[in-house]
Amino acid sequence: MELFRIRRDIPFMKHAIVLNAISAITFALAVFFLVTRGLHLSVEFTGGTVMEVAYEQPADLEAVRKVVEGLGYAEVPVQNFGTSQDVLLRLPVQAGKSSGQQSEAVMAALKAQNPAVTLRRTEFVGPQVGQELVQDGLKALGLVIVGIMIYLAFRFEWKYAVSAIIANLHDVVIILGFFAFFQWEFSLAVLAAVLAVLGYSVNESVVIFDRIRETFRRQRKMGTVQVIDHAITSTISRTIITHGSTQIMVLSMLLFGGPTLHYFAMALTIGILFGIYSSVFVAAAIAMWLGIKREDLVKSGGKKAEDPDDPNAGAVV
Amino acid sequence: MNRYPLWKYLVILVVTVIGLLYALPNLFGESPAVQVSGGRSSVRVDQGMVSRVEQVLSAQGVQASMVQFDGNSVKARFETTDEQLKARDALEKALNPDPADPAYVVALNLLPRTPAWLAGIGASPMYLGLDLRGGVHFMLQVDMNAALQRRAEVLAGDLRTALREKNVRHGGLSRAGQAIELRARDAQTADTIKALIADQFADLQVEETAEGAEYKLVARIKPAAAFQVQAQALKQNITTLHNRINELGVAEPVIQQQGTDRIVVQLPGVQDTAKAKDILGRTATLELRLVDESTEGLAAERGTGAVPFGSERYLERGGRAVIVKREVLLTGENLTDAQAGFDDTQQAAVHLTLDAKGSRIFRDVTRENIGKRMAIILFEKGKGEVVTAPVIRSEIGGGRVQISGAMSTVEANDTALLLRAGSLAAPMEIVEERTIGPSLGADNIAKGFNSVTWGFAVIVVFMCVYYLLFGVFSSLALGLNLVLLVAVLSMLQATLTLPGIAAMALALGMAIDSNVLINERVREELRNGSSPQSAINAGYEHAWGTILDSNITTLIAGVALLAFGSGPVRGFAVVHCIGILTSMFSSVVFSRGLVNLWYGRQKKLKSVSIGTVWKPE
Repeated sequence: MELFRIRRDIPFMKHAIVLNAISAITFALAVFFLVTRGLHLSVEFTGGTVMEVAYEQPADLEAVRKVVEGLGYAEVPVQNFGTSQDVLLRLPVQAGKSSGQQSEAVMAALKAQNPAVTLRRTEFVGPQVGQELVQDGLKALGLVIVGIMIYLAFRFEWKYAVSAIIANLHDVVIILGFFAFFQWEFSLAVLAAVLAVLGYSVNESVVIFDRIRETFRRQRKMGTVQVIDHAITSTISRTIITHGSTQIMVLSMLLFGGPTLHYFAMALTIGILFGIYSSVFVAAAIAMWLGIKREDLVKSGGKKAEDPDDPNAGAVV
Repeated sequence: MNRYPLWKYLVILVVTVIGLLYALPNLFGESPAVQVSGGRSSVRVDQGMVSRVEQVLSAQGVQASMVQFDGNSVKARFETTDEQLKARDALEKALNPDPADPAYVVALNLLPRTPAWLAGIGASPMYLGLDLRGGVHFMLQVDMNAALQRRAEVLAGDLRTALREKNVRHGGLSRAGQAIELRARDAQTADTIKALIADQFADLQVEETAEGAEYKLVARIKPAAAFQVQAQALKQNITTLHNRINELGVAEPVIQQQGTDRIVVQLPGVQDTAKAKDILGRTATLELRLVDESTEGLAAERGTGAVPFGSERYLERGGRAVIVKREVLLTGENLTDAQAGFDDTQQAAVHLTLDAKGSRIFRDVTRENIGKRMAIILFEKGKGEVVTAPVIRSEIGGGRVQISGAMSTVEANDTALLLRAGSLAAPMEIVEERTIGPSLGADNIAKGFNSVTWGFAVIVVFMCVYYLLFGVFSSLALGLNLVLLVAVLSMLQATLTLPGIAAMALALGMAIDSNVLINERVREELRNGSSPQSAINAGYEHAWGTILDSNITTLIAGVALLAFGSGPVRGFAVVHCIGILTSMFSSVVFSRGLVNLWYGRQKKLKSVSIGTVWKPE
């Protein structure tokens, strides 16, 4: 079986402006929603108490809401979680009351209203811990960006490093934009997914850059634009199959993983889709505009490409 | 060119076998068990307990499949939960004759059903995290400022006494937060005070400021000493928590230090959070009272008379009765430290340190009651127990109390521990809390398992259809990757959580990338007209550089998560990083081994089974 029967190199770079414009618009929209709507941060970041309770019959959310409001909580989000029997409550931090007291009071009130209720889980995070998590998350993001840039700069050249990071950070912003637009809950697991996507889609750019370098060496007559087109065309089959496979796994998590893994898998899905797009079209185009040349990668004379100690040997015979 | 030397095949074989062996225990599941451990710090479980448990069980006609001692508890394993419950009740009744005062904790537990030959080579299953088995998780923050203030209070008292002994006339001494402020009228006094502090108080550093005609000295705890105070406070709180949690009858509680001022407590299987929190937050109280040594009191102590009015009867740990007066002289609040040590005659002793208020009261009490006995009573669960009842030999000032005579080093240690258990070194508050019901835990396991299985199955089918034999090799490599990942996690005894399972699924989804890269490369070489053998070789060679690059970038993200992640994210990061490393082995070395084994010997290979190699006309 062969899905991709491509006769000639596809002139992707001819459309570089259009492809990048699409991505720039998506990016701008993502930033817009991030600024105007903001992220719906989970309790892990904001501090507070989450309770998950289960009923034997589909839960009467209105009744639950009334009970909780009766305890003096204004505007507590009460929603179904996974199934119609499960209900998720988010209680804000209350000064002078420990989380235990809060959740016990709520549980007692819910039991009074309907004795069939059972507590599935509670989760309480103090506001101070929440702030630390936000800081640690940002630190982790920073470390990933710096680490990847240094590695790419060593392995290729700074122009590649810059374009790969720009392309992939814009993925991250787009994922966040989706979470802001739909007001999906942004939890620690989603943060982990976002960082994993960052590493993963840089990976995609690396494959293409490897090809670009190789083509520069092999095809002495090609210009930069043709080299990039050739590199993208010859890797496109692998790109789609690989991401397809990863997406199958993620889809499996989305379908079978239940509500806990739902947003995690969602972030990965968006990340994978935009990851392909941006690392292929955006990263390559930015590298092209930054002016990559054969001379940057292929050191003329002296060393031969076969030299096994050559750190730039990469994927070349 | 596509042949491995023998040693490479051997390496692959050995790694595969080890991987399978160590991943195997995860398939056996868990069997019900009963665990017996000491309920108090003074009760130790030893080898002798094994035979006692066996006796109790055989008397009840319950058949245990195994009874073993593992250092600090005895575990008995059963075939059915019915037997487990019966055994628990029997052991509870036999070992704790007085239900109000249990000496042992008899708890239900689940033990991995690992066969002995696997356990013999150190193979054991992964440990399931709380989100998979249900339970309670707390993170407690220790208030270090309070610990330091307490320490400053003690030092201030000591300093006051030392100055008085040396007849140094200072113009006032007080504690301000974590510092001690002293005033001196002239430079000479100030110098004397400074010399004294430098000489006797190694933990303090002094700053001097002139304030009008007076000299003001501010003594602070040195950073190194402060660090030690904090470390000790944390350690003591952990010890205290251990003692209290024992009472809950949790089979395998986890109590760990996290960072410099936090303690994580995990209680698998516990559902009653309210009780857990109550016990964690409770302070046992300590009281100092005089022993009633009137004739009636002594008679009551011997058991020949009624307890006189105004006195109460408590038992010593040895079981001897002690009649004490109701009047409380001091409480645990005034006790700042208790350490085991030795007295002047090299006999085991317990050294107590009291704060300023406590020292004053203690001095007055001891002066007026020389020759009489004094009891130290520990109240836990509203029930008192006399820890020790020594005779007062002389007036004791300065807040340093030494209890000695007729005790062994072990007893001294136990007493010190019990006294310390009476109070937390520093107050704590719960900053994070998670409760996971057992049904949710089971759901999470099933969901995680389903995600991995279905994703894996679809990928395998696709690979086999699209790349034919090479797809089969890739699928085998992917399978080995899963086995190795599970084996490494089991060897590290890592805790598996739901995010961990998600990371496992993701690792498999990403690991297939390497094989796709290789297979596409081989196809491309064939398309360019290479002979099958050289196409395989070139395909692997070319793909390797790319695989390395892309895995390293992914690894960078994983390491960053590992460095800054906490809780669930950490579990994700660990699996993610290990998955990347194992995938490099399985998808490159192992799959190449399979290909070499299959095709390597055929000199005149005409074609390879890698699916359609389409060539443009």
